Amino acid sequence: MNGSRTASLTVAWRFASLRVEGFPWIPALILGVIALLAVFADVVAPYNPEVGVLGDRFRPPAWQAGGSEAHLLGTDHVGRDVLSRLIFGARVSMVVGFTAVIVAGLLGTTLGILSGYLGGWVDQVIMRVTDTWLALPALTFAIFLAAVVGPSMWNIVIILAAVYWTRYARVIRGEVLSLRERDFVRLAIVAGCSKKTIMRRHILPNVLNSAIVLGTLMLGVVIVTEAALSFLGVGVPPPKPAWGLMLADGKKGLMAGYWWLTVLPGVCIMLMVLSANLLGDWLRVKLDPQLRQL
Amino acid sequence: MKRFIVKRLGYSLLSLLLLTLIIFLLVRLTGDPSVLLVEPGASKEDLVAIRAQLGLDRPLWVQYGQFMSSLLRGDFGHSFYYRTPVFELYLSRLPYSLALALAAMAFSLLVGIPSGILAAVYVNRWWDSAGKIFALLGLSLPSFWVGLVMILFFSVYLGWLPSSGSGTALHIVMPAFALGWYFAAAHMRLTRSSMLEVLGSEYVKLARLKGLPEKFVIAKHAFKNALIPVLTLAGINLVIMVNVAVVVETVFAWPGVGRLLFEGISFRDFPVVQATVLIGGTMIVIVNFFVDILYAVIDPRIRYER
Amino acid sequence: MSALLEVSGLSTQYVGARGTRVTRAVDDVSFTLEAGRTLGIVGESGSGKTTLALTLMRLLPPGARIAAGSVRFEGEELLHKPEAEMRALRGKRIAMILQDPMASLNPLFTVGDQIAETLRVHEHMSRRGAWTRARELLGAVNIAAPERRIGEYPHELSGGMRQRVVGAIAIACGPKLLIADEPTTSLDLTIQAQYLQLLREIQRERGLAMIFITHNLGIVAKMCDAVAVMYAGRLVESGPVRRIFDAPAHPYTQALIESIPRFGDTASRLTAIEGQPPDPAALPPGCAFHPRCPLVMDRCRVEAPPDLEVAAAHRARCWLAVEMPAGAAAKG
Repeated sequence: MNGSRTASLTVAWRFASLRVEGFPWIPALILGVIALLAVFADVVAPYNPEVGVLGDRFRPPAWQAGGSEAHLLGTDHVGRDVLSRLIFGARVSMVVGFTAVIVAGLLGTTLGILSGYLGGWVDQVIMRVTDTWLALPALTFAIFLAAVVGPSMWNIVIILAAVYWTRYARVIRGEVLSLRERDFVRLAIVAGCSKKTIMRRHILPNVLNSAIVLGTLMLGVVIVTEAALSFLGVGVPPPKPAWGLMLADGKKGLMAGYWWLTVLPGVCIMLMVLSANLLGDWLRVKLDPQLRQL
Repeated sequence: MKRFIVKRLGYSLLSLLLLTLIIFLLVRLTGDPSVLLVEPGASKEDLVAIRAQLGLDRPLWVQYGQFMSSLLRGDFGHSFYYRTPVFELYLSRLPYSLALALAAMAFSLLVGIPSGILAAVYVNRWWDSAGKIFALLGLSLPSFWVGLVMILFFSVYLGWLPSSGSGTALHIVMPAFALGWYFAAAHMRLTRSSMLEVLGSEYVKLARLKGLPEKFVIAKHAFKNALIPVLTLAGINLVIMVNVAVVVETVFAWPGVGRLLFEGISFRDFPVVQATVLIGGTMIVIVNFFVDILYAVIDPRIRYER
Repeated sequence: MSALLEVSGLSTQYVGARGTRVTRAVDDVSFTLEAGRTLGIVGESGSGKTTLALTLMRLLPPGARIAAGSVRFEGEELLHKPEAEMRALRGKRIAMILQDPMASLNPLFTVGDQIAETLRVHEHMSRRGAWTRARELLGAVNIAAPERRIGEYPHELSGGMRQRVVGAIAIACGPKLLIADEPTTSLDLTIQAQYLQLLREIQRERGLAMIFITHNLGIVAKMCDAVAVMYAGRLVESGPVRRIFDAPAHPYTQALIESIPRFGDTASRLTAIEGQPPDPAALPPGCAFHPRCPLVMDRCRVEAPPDLEVAAAHRARCWLAVEMPAGAAAKG
């Protein structure tokens, strides 16, 4: 499997050779912390995120009147510890976000390469489908799919991938179209390589840059969409702690002034999306200045 | 030109067809259509009866034919909850969504365009940096969270604005802001890059060579030209806003089509959900068609492409 | 009598991001231009001729700065003028024509509007007055049916007509100096001759001085009184047109003249200059032309030749000019 080995080596090489200049330390740090929390949630979180003590409901954060150090960030409407839920929510966001982005990336990139390189009716068909798929409003379509297949965490991943693969297909196809005219591809054709080989060994490693950059930018979008879905009740189902779900629950206490249930999960979402976007911007400039139009 | 329009029309019609096909197939193949297309709480016998009635045991292409023929007649099904034809229901709610979208669009343009122009004119200086931060925030903060936080501030703490419903002008302020926030950032970004491109163009160069004052050059020559792509994007975004407003309308209980969708999923009212996707997608295909034509009118080169 | 335009020691540099790379786009350029005369500036792309023109107008892009020198126009020093005064000068006393007329004209405004603009800003004419004058100007540049054309948009006109409109805009306020940056390069061959003819007429009628920037020596021979040859930002040769063509002193000029294909040439191959123009950011040491020069000497590789006088009003930057007695330059 020469192509995939070349591909993974290329990815590793690209990351290793990125110079430190202008590296967005803070966003990377934030993402790193979130990732660590996600992985070690069981150890770090003080309480079980899914079980609440009904007598301890709506506790404000520790620094406010009525708060206690037992619950640093307060409790929600069924008495669950907010901090623990936020930490476990990181796990949900990370898992759903990354998986969806990767799956969408795989699907979209493959179709983009096939469409761009093979041309002809394959291209026409894939392009028509992609354009139409793109016309479907993302959130509405995701809700529709959730209604059709029923919400569960893994269903959501598939739904998100199904909604967003088109972004990759378009961009990658564009890249492939220009790559096709480059000399090294022409040399390979002249040398008698099969189409499959060319796509695998020559085209794929060269579109990886765009795919990676697009991936980081899509991460933010995917997470916000997942939060929206959970907020509306068709995302990750309770009692699993998803930040979007926490926002939905938080709405219940909003009019009573229980601000921490609304503000804190949102801050987490914002931090994650912001960091992903900043990292993506930096990657975009670093890996290929031509991608600035993205 | 005519050939171009006909060609684009053909593409759009094909897209619409594909749209219905995709939705149709997704329902029939991945979900259990008999459960979805039937009211919640139906008994086993009802299910069997419905299956026969809806023709769910017929071959797929026959079903699709049925599906398409009812769509073309404007029959998008009946809402289980409201007991009215979905299309009527949708149309009755659409004006609210349009009103919200227009308000949000006005906000996003009023904020986005001037700040984009300033960011371009003062590129890499203070204004541009402020603009970049604004853009980043706009693209990173989910609209519904902005809405929730605004309710916290302006309704709960300050008591200035109503937190839900519609009715007075005050009711639209927060939802419009929450919805328009993201688009303000997007419009700002596009205005900035469009303006930068125009400022580097030859005719702006010549205008400066003619000795025209800089403010004049910007206001007269650069502005109009830079605005073209922004306004066309705004047109597309208007329709997108109507669709994306689901969450904002839910947060503020604004009675638009987004809220209708929310009700649809809350009450397991599948015809409503399906219709919303179909109509939403159709609107976008139509808007894209008109925008493509518009671009061809403005830029003659596009007509001869492809 | 002092010349209309006196440029001495002009140097313009581009500073790369973070002040690291310094590119000498224009390096120690000096020339003079009398009223009513035409100077041709010849060079390949990247030789710095456009930057020179923009420097004279003080309209350099950000990242460029004028490092040294002086530009005296009608006795006034331009490099220290405040921006407001420069603006009053541009379009009124010094005008410029750019290469691509389709790009120079704003597609959203009518032709008449764009001519009238200059008149309203510089001469403070009323709308009606400016419009009338614009119509006259269209006639002056030989556009037929000016009353009709004046309300049309740039894309409704042919390429040649557009460039005439650009010319009309340039002469609208009666400038003393017209800088034309490759004005015929985008035009069809048949139109080029007409346009050059027009420029000559206008020049004669109005006593305009012209700086004609081009890479085409044929045009220089037809249009110019004097010529200056630029290479890698430096003026390598300058002098009266006749003299330069008859007895070029610099090998680059010689090569340029030789590379023009001529009728009756029995040679079977076209002569081209070997090699490529240098990267302005990484100029070779010594004389910038030495890697490509057929007559290169050791001295050329090490020391850049100064501006030497070959004959009256004929200068060249070449060590050969020292060795060769004035007026006896042998063809290479």
